[in-house]
Amino acid sequence: MASSTKPKLLWLQAITCNGNTHSFLNHPDLFSLLSHFEIVHHPALEGSYSMEDVISRAVPCDILILEGSFREEGFMKGGVEVSSLVHTYAQKAKTIISAGTCATFGGIFKQNDPKHISGFCFDLEEKTSRYETYASKFISLPGCPIHPRWMGYVLLMLANGKKIAIDNLHRPVELYGYTVHTGCTRNEYFEWKIDTKNFGLKEGCLFYEQGCQGPYTRGSCNKILWNDVSSKTRAGIPCFGCTEPHFPQTALFKTQTNMGIPAKMPLGVPRRAYLTLTGVVKSFKIKRFSERLLEYDR
Amino acid sequence: MKIADKKALKRESIIQTALQLFSTNGFHRTTIPDIASKLQMSVGNLYNYFSSKDLLAQEIIKYTSEALGEKIRVVNMSEASAEEKIHQIVTIYFTMAKEKPEMIEYFLRVYLSNREVFSDGCEGMVCVSGFITEIMIFFDDCVSSGELRNQDFFSAFGLFMGYLGGMVFLKGEEVLPKEIEFYIDDISRNIYNALKA
Repeated sequence: MASSTKPKLLWLQAITCNGNTHSFLNHPDLFSLLSHFEIVHHPALEGSYSMEDVISRAVPCDILILEGSFREEGFMKGGVEVSSLVHTYAQKAKTIISAGTCATFGGIFKQNDPKHISGFCFDLEEKTSRYETYASKFISLPGCPIHPRWMGYVLLMLANGKKIAIDNLHRPVELYGYTVHTGCTRNEYFEWKIDTKNFGLKEGCLFYEQGCQGPYTRGSCNKILWNDVSSKTRAGIPCFGCTEPHFPQTALFKTQTNMGIPAKMPLGVPRRAYLTLTGVVKSFKIKRFSERLLEYDR
Repeated sequence: MKIADKKALKRESIIQTALQLFSTNGFHRTTIPDIASKLQMSVGNLYNYFSSKDLLAQEIIKYTSEALGEKIRVVNMSEASAEEKIHQIVTIYFTMAKEKPEMIEYFLRVYLSNREVFSDGCEGMVCVSGFITEIMIFFDDCVSSGELRNQDFFSAFGLFMGYLGGMVFLKGEEVLPKEIEFYIDDISRNIYNALKA
């Protein structure tokens, strides 16, 4: 096979539900995006090498995308330890991207064996023993699943030789420097501390009773919309915090409160500041926010 | 001393004097000239600091709320148990009622009794947030630590502060047979027993 000069992209799966693979396929410009790369192997797209070639360690790799939770021993595929395959290609690759919360922090599959299953470079927010070896070329893309455009952003930056600014957990700040709260269409209700009365309504904020984790979850779901159309909170469902190291949690549809006070504060906001503001704004009743949006001013 | 510092001091002395007079003589029976006269300043000069009696009244409630809030904040920052914190808050409240009765009296007899004065500018909790915020933090901490039972904020707040306010009101009416500090231990225990997990 004639070797292309394009960066060689290898997508490997460990313990996964395939959610990130499928989400990525929803990228509206998928084939234009992928035209910048040679796909050497991908679980759902045609590649230039078979899985047998991958297992024989003969496949070239510039960008390694990892999907799924990781364990060093006991997860076999094609008769080989997946971890040994991942290490082989991780050493070859110039960039490693963890696609999804499982590959990044451990995610849902970590629940099965918390002691042995983790992300590749992070176990929740702690560094794994692999971190030092791969940190210099590692990019975290948590999310359950990842937004296809988040992966698209990273790949296009790499294709164009651009440096990607990352935070302390190696997440691109352009994508994760925001909270899911940023851009939420319910922000006016958040400002005035007005709850939504039910799921699916346009009016009200989901943070106070319905379990929304948007104000302390990093991600750009309300800036880069899903299917270019909407987001959980816009549709009236709480953010589940799926990009965070401790995802998943329980009781996702109910805000944990202590005597009515949210147990978790918006990201970086001191509790005293938040409560001072809350006490003040709750003292006012704003007519527009107490009525149905489509009925006000009719 | 800088002019700004001098002005701040003067402002505080106006607040303290007005607080004293409003609490003792009542809000409506106290005039701006009464306050100016007690401070030995001109009425005109006093208006330089506060443009109306209502505005002065609103500043006073913020001032008393902040003063009480600062003391409770110290309790919140400590490592004490919920039971100890309740005892400390009750002690702070009753000590203030005894040593600076005008602070609590103002809340009970001016703020709560003349709502029209506070309706524009001190809606709801706007002017008492210094105090309310610290009570919220106290409840939040004690529920997080598993010491107090999780419930609606106002059901707990009403039980705690309504109880203390009621006792200070009775003190002001001079119907309590004993000094107010006599009741600190029992009342603290009652509150703890009612709120504990």
